[in-house]
Amino acid sequence: MKKLLAVLLTALLVLSLAACGGKTTPDVSETDAPQSEAKADESQANVENPVIRLSTTTSVNDSGLLPYLLPVFEQATGYKVEVQSAGTGAAIQKAIDGNDDLILVHAKASEEQFIEDGYGVERLPFMYNFFVIVGPKDDPAGIADCENAAEAFAKIRESESKFVSRGDDSGTHKAELKIWGDDAPDASADSWYISAGQGMGACLTMASEQQAYCLTDKATFLSMQAELELGLLLEKGDDMKNTYSLIAVNPEKIDGLNTEGAQALINWMLSDEASEMIAKYGQEQYGVSLFYLLEK
Amino acid sequence: MDFLRQAFELLFPPDKELLQIIGVTMRMSFFSTTISCIVGLPLGALIGTRRFRGKAFLKKTIHTLMGLPPVVAGLIVYALFTHYGPFGSLNLLFTVRVMVIAQCLLIIPVVTGLTASFLEKDASPMIETAKGMGLSKRRVLFLCLSESRASLLSVVLNAFGRSIAEVGAVSIVGGNIQWKTRVMTTAIMLETNKGKFSFALALGFILLLIAFAVNAAASWIVKEDARDD
Repeated sequence: MKKLLAVLLTALLVLSLAACGGKTTPDVSETDAPQSEAKADESQANVENPVIRLSTTTSVNDSGLLPYLLPVFEQATGYKVEVQSAGTGAAIQKAIDGNDDLILVHAKASEEQFIEDGYGVERLPFMYNFFVIVGPKDDPAGIADCENAAEAFAKIRESESKFVSRGDDSGTHKAELKIWGDDAPDASADSWYISAGQGMGACLTMASEQQAYCLTDKATFLSMQAELELGLLLEKGDDMKNTYSLIAVNPEKIDGLNTEGAQALINWMLSDEASEMIAKYGQEQYGVSLFYLLEK
Repeated sequence: MDFLRQAFELLFPPDKELLQIIGVTMRMSFFSTTISCIVGLPLGALIGTRRFRGKAFLKKTIHTLMGLPPVVAGLIVYALFTHYGPFGSLNLLFTVRVMVIAQCLLIIPVVTGLTASFLEKDASPMIETAKGMGLSKRRVLFLCLSESRASLLSVVLNAFGRSIAEVGAVSIVGGNIQWKTRVMTTAIMLETNKGKFSFALALGFILLLIAFAVNAAASWIVKEDARDD
């Protein structure tokens, strides 16, 4: 028994050594580094600080848009984009705290406040999509024929059908509150109104479990549709447009920023190449575009 | 130090929603701790004081489960109680009860494992004496638990600490629903996600105060208890 153990341990040791060896191989080739560095220099021309910190909302990152776009930008310029995704509220706060070079968010009022407070340089709206209302497939509140979200919400309230709200100050939550208008339901009094305080994915799962209605961005819903017992009931109402903007953080307000990098990324995101990619995104996988470009 | 001011403002006068969240937190932690101890203390005492076949394997299993990541416990309980899961018809998902169930899955192994190792260390002379006195097996077990209660209190407080500080499992099965399943930790997560970092820190500070109060109360009870002896 002991012998067997010894053999096994030795084998393990040899294997791990071999694995380490595998890892060190690229290190050895680093002696050739000048050559490859020279090659990289050509493409990145005069990139002093290659790291760009982008704070963004979950909908553009988790939907796969940024993982699809950014490698192309990185390849072309030599920059490396570090993406942090959170709700719009947190995305903006992190930038205010000086941890980001630019933000990509979707909450107009908060964006304007951000700029008014001097943290943002300029709001550059560049793409949009639509919020959609999803819910139980049999649609107990009968919202499928509504003209817009406000009408649908009124029907949900009237029938006291369950409704899952993000409740987390995110862009989607703010859009929802705007649709409710002055008298948003009160989670402490209206038991049908569920304020979940979680991300879009968790809220959709909850809506599916509880057979509740939910306001969501279309991209997240489509990416999860297979696992959800929910139907897409209403889209493209005039009050459901969802505009995304880029804002560079103001170097006069916060020091240590990579402003050059932020500008390079903004220029690229607004370029024809990126626009074309954005317009195409989603067609292959879902048969529809997930984001549309704003008229320039 | 903005968070201290915010914590003060939340407590004086007490914020209505905060009180409700603390209420849910305490209810959840009380039941998680109590159930985990009712199951884990005797089980740990059995393992710690007796010899039987497969004991080493059982102990390894329990020590492994002590390291169960909360998220995984949450996922397991979610899979059991989801609408189409085996217990879906009970409609327990997104309730405080299912949060307690998930926490018990996490905490029972901790209580069992710690109790067993405490008693293994302390109990063997005690058992010898008790056996010499001709006490029954059940009496011996009871005696061990009662004589080691100071160490076992730290096991109970450890269980409580786990429960009150845990966020991974309860956010999955509880859903962090306002006025229903939101507890201190998920509220802190929410405020963090909102970007209200100093408010989140204020809540964290209040959570620490609660934990301190519970610990102080527990050690006071033990001291009184010792004086009675």
